[in-house]
Amino acid sequence: MSTKPAPDAEFLMRDTTSHPPAYTPAYKTSVLRSPRLSLISLQQSLSEVTAPVFRAEEFGPKDNDLILNYAKESLPVGERIVVHGYVQDQLGRPVKNALVEVWQANASGRYRHKKDQYIGALDPNFGGCGRMLTDENGYYAYRTIKPGPYPWRNRVNDWRPSHIHYAISGDGWVQRLITQMYFEGDPLIRSCPILGVVPSEEQIRGLIALQDVGAFVQLDSRAYRFDIVLRGHRATLFENHVQKTPEGALQ
Amino acid sequence: MSNVFSAPGGSELGVRRETASQTAGPYVHIGLAPKAAGFDIFENSFGSVLFDAQTKGERIRIEGRVFDGIGTVLKDVLIEIWQANAEGKYAHPADRQPGKSLDPHFRGWGRSCTDFETGIYTFDTIKPGAAEGRNGRIMAPHISAWIVARGINIGLNTRIYFSDEAAANAKDPVINLIEWEARRKTLVAERTDRRSDDGAAVYRFDIRLQGENETVFFDI
Repeated sequence: MSTKPAPDAEFLMRDTTSHPPAYTPAYKTSVLRSPRLSLISLQQSLSEVTAPVFRAEEFGPKDNDLILNYAKESLPVGERIVVHGYVQDQLGRPVKNALVEVWQANASGRYRHKKDQYIGALDPNFGGCGRMLTDENGYYAYRTIKPGPYPWRNRVNDWRPSHIHYAISGDGWVQRLITQMYFEGDPLIRSCPILGVVPSEEQIRGLIALQDVGAFVQLDSRAYRFDIVLRGHRATLFENHVQKTPEGALQ
Repeated sequence: MSNVFSAPGGSELGVRRETASQTAGPYVHIGLAPKAAGFDIFENSFGSVLFDAQTKGERIRIEGRVFDGIGTVLKDVLIEIWQANAEGKYAHPADRQPGKSLDPHFRGWGRSCTDFETGIYTFDTIKPGAAEGRNGRIMAPHISAWIVARGINIGLNTRIYFSDEAAANAKDPVINLIEWEARRKTLVAERTDRRSDDGAAVYRFDIRLQGENETVFFDI
């Protein structure tokens, strides 16, 4: 038996009260897309504590620069911003080499997507997606245009606040997370049905990026700070049940 | 800004809350599969073919559709899969199973979108070997799947097992955890008589988000 707790392969059980439930009638599309039966709770095995590993060579130099990665003849229109922050686990450890993928509408609130019919203009110089890996400290940063709000079919006057979608892949499959980042001070935040399904003010606050004056690029771009917390590794107090060691003993 | 537990036993111990999940939305393709959204941006895109010419193992295709609670075929779903290689080893440092080797030509991860017209998703991969489960109990060959879409507030986790592994499935510790035997079949991909253009065996795996024959989803 170890006397000093060490990070284990296993992750903390998910606290479902941190997340929206599956069935949320105010967000109408969830009604027919939410399981009615209980999730089956699994103790984690290798299938859950492992996850894909990404290499820096897989990414291009402009993958995290949404201002330049689709610019054809000139720069995209809109407010230039930097978004940066740390990906950490629930115990404050950096999640290194995590894949962070982001996508968003342009400054007019229009997505570059064949299914988006909104009248807001497409920007020929803006794609709206980026991706990057976190560094040794779990830090990530990208440059983009602040997305515009847009109307959507839920109730007839529902508008999405400005937001950037995030997909994060960490060390373990259980950490896989999709979320959305909002902007401090946006008056649409309080009436958004999609944000409104998040179960507490505290958890909603966690999705709102704060303007970070200290990180402004002078005479160029403003900056927002958005930190992300993924599931944390449990401490090993006794033996590890996830797998045997090569010697055959439980470790 | 802080995500600290307000409940007793949380904040005092410094355990923070996980960032809240939000739906992937209807335009998830822009970020995760831009070609499906209708444009090309990255030199190297992540996709639904998991092997290359030198990957070891039996080539298989997994295809299927995703249904909502009234049987509508959904056409805006993104699915990711994660699996072990042909020897049953995961390409991740936490996998220390003895006697199994990594395949440098297999990461074991891919993503696929349901087609905007047909609703069919497809993965071209290899059949995984059996990996060791908890306490050394062998798990039947399986693939982990994660499903996100508009209307799904938090990604759904399930497992894909194989119909031609009936003996291994019968002993699988996760399948056996499901007390309703009738539900277990929702995790089993059916091996069809069809072959893909490349000659790979085709398995069928449909996902039902709600209602009759609702797929078993896991809290992992």
